[in-house]
Order: sequence, then structure tokens, then C-alpha cells
Amino acid sequence: MDPIKASLLKKSRAAKSETRGKLLSLFCISLIVFIVLAIFYFVASKGLATFFHDKVNLGRFLTQSSWNPSLKDSHGRPEVGALPMILGSFGVTFLAALLATPFAIGAGIFMTEISPKRGEKILQPVMELLVGIPSVVYGFIGLSVIVPAVRTVFGGSGFGILAGTCVLFVMILPTVTSMTVDALKSVPRYYREASLALGATRWQTTWKVVLRAATPGILTGVVFGMARAFGEALAVQMVIGNAALLPHNLITPASTLTSVLTMGIGNTVMGSLANNALWSLALLLLLMSLMFNLLVRLIGRKGAISR
Amino acid sequence: MADYDLTKTHIKQFSETKHEIALSTENLNVYYGDKQAMFDASLQFERYRITALIGASGSGKSTYLRSLNRMNDNIANTRVTGKIMYRDVDINSDEVDVYKMREHIGMVFQRPNPFAKSIYDNITFALKQHGQKDKKYLDEIVETSLKQAALWDQVKDSLGKSALALSGGQQQRLCIARAIAMKPDILLMDEPASALDPISTNTVEETLIRLKEKFTIVIVTHNMQQAARISDYTAFFHSGHALEFDETRKIFTRPKIKAAEDYVSGHFG
Repeated sequence: MDPIKASLLKKSRAAKSETRGKLLSLFCISLIVFIVLAIFYFVASKGLATFFHDKVNLGRFLTQSSWNPSLKDSHGRPEVGALPMILGSFGVTFLAALLATPFAIGAGIFMTEISPKRGEKILQPVMELLVGIPSVVYGFIGLSVIVPAVRTVFGGSGFGILAGTCVLFVMILPTVTSMTVDALKSVPRYYREASLALGATRWQTTWKVVLRAATPGILTGVVFGMARAFGEALAVQMVIGNAALLPHNLITPASTLTSVLTMGIGNTVMGSLANNALWSLALLLLLMSLMFNLLVRLIGRKGAISR
Repeated sequence: MADYDLTKTHIKQFSETKHEIALSTENLNVYYGDKQAMFDASLQFERYRITALIGASGSGKSTYLRSLNRMNDNIANTRVTGKIMYRDVDINSDEVDVYKMREHIGMVFQRPNPFAKSIYDNITFALKQHGQKDKKYLDEIVETSLKQAALWDQVKDSLGKSALALSGGQQQRLCIARAIAMKPDILLMDEPASALDPISTNTVEETLIRLKEKFTIVIVTHNMQQAARISDYTAFFHSGHALEFDETRKIFTRPKIKAAEDYVSGHFG
């Protein structure tokens, strides 16, 4: 047979290795997808057992405020009200984001618009350093500095949402700031020039044009920060006081979903209601993370907002 | 590209009694770091006329234009020396309020660059920044400047729509409308049609010809036909030197400088 014809009909080595490469990457991505699905399945099956197996009412789970899974109330129903933890988690998350956002925007403007050189030389490494500090260190500093400070200023024990917020604020600040910086940097130069050429000052340009164009990116950063704050366990657990009580103010001991989970999961028996109830909290946490992720995608898609 | 004698120039001087000069430069030099990008450019721009700046890429025509309303201030390591005379004031001096100056000397860029705001807000942005709050006045300005930029008929029912939803040609005309909403004296245009298709280019050119009744226009262009079609005067730039400046028809029919002759007849560029 003519050799060219033969070579056309036979798979070459390059074509074979391409197929192998495709299969390999397909395998990797499948593994990741499988792991994610497995985690979801595991947490969901455990978490839902509280409602299907132990017959806890979902509404009561979300709205009742007494958490004591090993005890039963006067009606013989287990006390699994997750409201204090839900409120605690959202409380520290939103307060921390609220505090961090203006600082992040301020730092971002300084690093991109006012003094890019110093920003790059000094602030960038500082931010990176802050990201790398392990959360237990933050928690420890919170425990030995912030809690006593709160105690001195506001009285009480010092443990509580305020202390948790302060620790989380420092923890999420680098995340939000670096994403804000990226968002501001990605605003094209011709955008700034358009505004300057119309006689707008640098400040007006930064404030009305650059920030406006960077808003979706900044919001994404804030949501990422919130996701981090929502999921942070150790540092928060060290300063929040860990009392599964409805928080009445910011300086009484409270708890978050994560702090109750880390405190309790080792002290319960697999399959018991107390254990299942904790898994329900974990499921709640997982769903919330999912929501933060969806939010990020939604903001990203909105991109350029119309008016 | 051959080496040309950069010392031989032919620059038309206006007689001050017959022509009103809106803007002029005297010995304008521009340095990017150690590199000099513009050498002693002295040109005059007559009021209510279109002056085209032509030349090959890297000839310094855009650099020169951007110096005129001091947009080069924002680029690090850039230095501009020499005089830029506007209403008998040297606007290339530190005492001049550069923001106020840019209200009178507006600029339109190569790439359409509307803000991510509505059409209406794009035009009123600068006016609001300068303290204009009167809603009726703003509405009026939006209408007249969009009409002048030949965009009004296409967008009058959707002024609240995002400017980014417009086509490229429409965006560029919006940028022109945005610039003339400030009622500037002088409009600087940096290749305003180079990113557009032929039909949009045509519309923009017609717009410019109408605009010269009210504004003095200085336009950088790569397109020699465009310069020939719309401009009254043409300046030819080469290697950072303004070599020839004259009436457009003279430059295109009887250029006096060898480099200009070679450029307009298409030998390089």
C-alpha cells in the first residue's frame, strides 16, 4: 500500500498522546466533581436525618432559640433551635464586612490612584503577609488583646459578637482589599482620561468614574470576604464566648454555626440526634457558602451596570 | 523610510490682523524620560477651522495633541516645555488651573470611551461635577449636544439606556457630544474615526464639518483622505518635528518639504 495512505489511516503517536492527555484531564476534573458531590451527599444525608429520622420540624429548627440537643422540652421535643447560631454567624459576617469595606476601598484608592509606587512596595507585601497568618494566631491575639480591651471599655466578659467582628475584620481586610485593588486596576486608563479631559479633577474622576466602574469587582471582593468570615471557625470560636444564646447585644457571649460545630462534633456519638443536629448546622453552612458563590457569579455576570 | 533633513521646515505664519488665532504653541518640546519625543513645535490654530495633524506612526502627532490640554501631565516621567498660548495665557505653566483649562479645551479619544453610565449621565457628568444642577438646563444641553453630534434622532427615546449598549460609531458620537456639552472653545481629537467602520467614519466626518461653525478643531489622523476631506489646514509631523504647516490643499498638491511630499504620495507611512 502507498505509505501516505497508510499513514492517514493509522493513528499517529501525536494523535494518541492527545487522546491520552484529554482522558487524563477528564479524569482529574471528574475526580474533583465527584469529591464535591460526595461531600454534598454526605453532609446532606447526615444533616437531613435530623428532620426525617428524628422528626424535628424544620421551621422550629430555624426559629427556636434554645440549643440543647441532648435534652427534651416539656412537650418531649428535642431542643434544637439553631437561631442563636444563625444570628451569630450572620451578625459577625455582616458587621465585619461593613467595617472592612470602607477601609478596603480607602486602601485600594491609595494603592492605585494616589500612590501606586508606595502601594506596590509597602502595602502589597503587608496585605499578602496578613493573608498568610494562620487563623489561630488571629484568634490568640483577639483573645489576649481585643477581648480584654472590650471588657475594659464596655464591661462584661469581653467575649461576644463585637470581639468576633474585630478579629474577622482584620482577617477579611486583606482579601477584600486585594480584590478591590484588582478591580480598580482593571479600570482602563482611557476611562480616567475621558473624565480628566472633561475637566474633572482627579478626585472627581476617582470617586465618580473609577469607583463606579469598579463596583462589580469591589462587591465581588466583599462577598468573598463575607464567605471567608462566615466559614471561619477557630479564630471566632476563641473570642465569641460560645454560649448558644440569642445575642441581645454585641458584648454578651454568643456563638456561630462554625463555633458550635468545632466545639461539639467531637463530643457526640455518631447517629445520635445531638450529632445529626450538628450535621444540620454543617449543611446550613454549606448552603450558605453555595449562596455566596452564586452571588459572586451573579455580580460578575451583571458586570457593567446600566444606570 | 529615507533619512530626511529635519532642519528644513515650512511653517505658515498667520497674519494676526487677518486671522484669529485660537491656540498656538511656541517651541513645544516633549520628553518621555530621557527621550525627546517632540522638538520645538511652533504651530498656530485658526479659530473655527479644522487643522489636521498628519504623519507616520511615531511621528509625534498624538504626543503633540495630548500636550495641548496637558493630558501628558498624567503620565509619569513626562515633561513638556515651551509655551502653549490660549487667550494670551501660557497654559503650560503651573499657575494655570488645569481642570478649568480642560473645560475650554476638550478632547475626544481614538477609542470610544463612554462611562458605564446612561447616555444622559454621560453627557451631564462633567457639568454636574462643575456644579451645574438645573435640571431644565441639563436636559437642554443633552438635547443640543446630541443634535450637534448627529446622535439625537437615534437615542432620544432611550436616554436612560447604558451608553455601552450603543454601537461603536454611536459611542464615538456620544463622546463628541459629551465633549461639546461643556461648550469648549477648542476640540482636540486623537484619531476619532480610526476605530470605526467606513459608514460611521463618514457620519463622524460630517459631524466635524458642521461643528467647525462653533468650535476650533485640531484632529490627528492616520487617514490622508480624511485630512484632505475635512481639514482647512494641515500640519505634517516627522520624527518628532513639525516639518510643514500650510493650507490643506497646498500640502496635498504642492508640498514644500521632501518628507511631506513622500508621505502624502504614499512612499511611507
